[in-house]
Amino acid sequence: MTSTDIAAAGQPLLEVADLRKHFPVHAGLLRRQVAAVKAVDGVTFSVNKGETLGLVGESGCGKTTTGRMIMRLLEPSSGSIRFEGQDITKLSQAKMRPLRRDIQMIFHDPYSSLNPRKTVGSIVGAPFRLQSVATENGVKKAVQELLELVGLNPEHYNRYPHEFSGGQRQRIGIARTLALKPKLIVADEPVSALDVSIQAQVVNLLEDLQNELGLTYVVIAHDLSVVRHISDRVAVMYLGRIVEIADQADIYLRPMHPYTNALLSAVPIPDPSVRKGRERIRLSGDVPSPLNPPPACHFHTRCWKAQAICKEVQPPLAELAPGHEVACHFPENLPVGASGASGGTVDVTKN
Amino acid sequence: MGEKMPREEAGRLAGSEPVAIHTPTAFLEVRDLKIHFPTDDGLVKSVDGLSFKLERGRTLGIVGESGSGKSVTSLGILGLHNKRNSKVSGEIWLDGTELVGAAPEQVRRLRGRNMAMIFQDPLSSMHPFYTVGAQIIEAYRIHNDVSKSVARKHAIDMLGRVGIPTPDKRVDDYPHQFSGGMRQRAMIAMALSCDPELLIADEPTTALDVTVQAQILDLLRDLQQEFNSAIIMITHDLGVVAELSDDILVMYGGRCVEQAPVEDAFHNPLHPYTWGLLGSMPRLDRERSERLLPIKGTPPSLINLPSGCAFHPRCSYEGLTEGRGTTEVPELRELRPGHRAACHLSLERRREIWNDEIKPKL
Repeated sequence: MTSTDIAAAGQPLLEVADLRKHFPVHAGLLRRQVAAVKAVDGVTFSVNKGETLGLVGESGCGKTTTGRMIMRLLEPSSGSIRFEGQDITKLSQAKMRPLRRDIQMIFHDPYSSLNPRKTVGSIVGAPFRLQSVATENGVKKAVQELLELVGLNPEHYNRYPHEFSGGQRQRIGIARTLALKPKLIVADEPVSALDVSIQAQVVNLLEDLQNELGLTYVVIAHDLSVVRHISDRVAVMYLGRIVEIADQADIYLRPMHPYTNALLSAVPIPDPSVRKGRERIRLSGDVPSPLNPPPACHFHTRCWKAQAICKEVQPPLAELAPGHEVACHFPENLPVGASGASGGTVDVTKN
Repeated sequence: MGEKMPREEAGRLAGSEPVAIHTPTAFLEVRDLKIHFPTDDGLVKSVDGLSFKLERGRTLGIVGESGSGKSVTSLGILGLHNKRNSKVSGEIWLDGTELVGAAPEQVRRLRGRNMAMIFQDPLSSMHPFYTVGAQIIEAYRIHNDVSKSVARKHAIDMLGRVGIPTPDKRVDDYPHQFSGGMRQRAMIAMALSCDPELLIADEPTTALDVTVQAQILDLLRDLQQEFNSAIIMITHDLGVVAELSDDILVMYGGRCVEQAPVEDAFHNPLHPYTWGLLGSMPRLDRERSERLLPIKGTPPSLINLPSGCAFHPRCSYEGLTEGRGTTEVPELRELRPGHRAACHLSLERRREIWNDEIKPKL
């Protein structure tokens, strides 16, 4: 135990490098592969211990697929996932099993992620049985402590999921996630199915648990304001790639990628007095199909700054300000003296 | 507000029992609407005494959590509740016609032509077996005696108006060939095909991505200016309400707890539930707060609503009402012009709490 702790201190808890997931599309009589949906197409990031990374993007951008690959619920097509320095990309089911204690997931839908025929006690107690973990005072006691930790009444041990509201069910899911004291939690849209007032309760709970138990989170969400509230760092995804990754404060104050700018300006602000004065960037059309994404920079079809180079050269994810990586030829809010990927500002005049 | 007098007089004449001698003053006027569903477990009072008015060219945002009665209200206005399993009472006046007591045939003639609805999920509210065009043409021909080719031209025109590219080709596509945002546009085209004067949008953008949501909200705003229709916007997202609405109505447990012009509702809300909603939202336009301020507990069951003020078990200020919160249903009272709230606390007390305790933390 101590040896891994020492090893982990010097490096990130989770490192994802050039991760890809291509889903093959078969057609014809022989079911030959005719195309591939590039759900995740070269994603690289790392998460430090005790940190929260937010993955945001619109539907179909690959954020959930990324989360599922980290959990090894989906096999990556290529790339690597390292957890505490250990490469877990190719681990067998048997070798993966002990690691499952350390990496847990919170699911989006509190209705379908709990077995309706099992009691809360048996749902939250399942991890102990599956991993044959001994508990000091029996599983029941351990489960009741967990229920109390997430703000549920321990006496509800024998109730069934249908007796609970959406927010309470999400708490049950969180209790199950916490049972084996994981180090990393991947939370896939943890609050989007809940009412506003309940959302706030669960967001606060996740933050409290992080402070109390030193958890590391990867939070996948489409709601930019929730992500900003909960994350230390934020990665914005578009069509399978990360287009911008930076500290929470940085990305919301000085978004560099045009897509991030557009996303932020599309969020409705709950203040009627700003609606007239607010400058809006309106993207036209929808996100293109990941089956046939636009070449080079995926965003050029909807981007108002796009030039010829954007259709030819894929901009690399480059660090343009300290800790702020952007994949764009013509980024906004550049610090003085910096230039976009492949020196884009010079190219504009040439073109 | 000068037109308020006759309404109140009529109300007094009618006494406590609403009788149809009342003359409506607004384009849409809902008075004491009650929609109850008898079930094996008890009577579900989904909407319990709701009143509001809406003029042409204005947008009313109805906000509330799941189960607060927002959608039931909208279906009630359209007369879409099955008489066999629901009890609807009260009055709904649309442009001088009373709808609750009207014959189903009469309501059917108005539905689609004078009032239309945009549903939350365009995939499940469009028929997968028919082309988008066929569905718009059907809706148009029911209310207009025109040939198929004229209706088809109208459908293409409508699809173009809501921003579908190459509408003359897309009119023959099936709903599954449209993306989510385009389906919602097609849905709006269908709803607007007969130039309805009242448009009810029930969570029209909840299933959409933010960038597409922004497009749809812009579209609704533009179309409203063009058609001068009255819009009821039902949503749980206060941001959407702030963007689009002129007035806001906050529902809790089937009743209206606060109703106000939108500026007032956001800058000087007078109900603890509205404070709670505002405190629950993480906001992009402010400094990041350390903690959100959620409302404790969960929304109530509509079968067994808490006694007195339905919000009292979740209210942090219930202790200040000297027990009235648990025993007495607070009356919806007009406290400022156009601003009504149902709370036992005195106006001064609420102003103090809002200004000193809530506002600084938002």
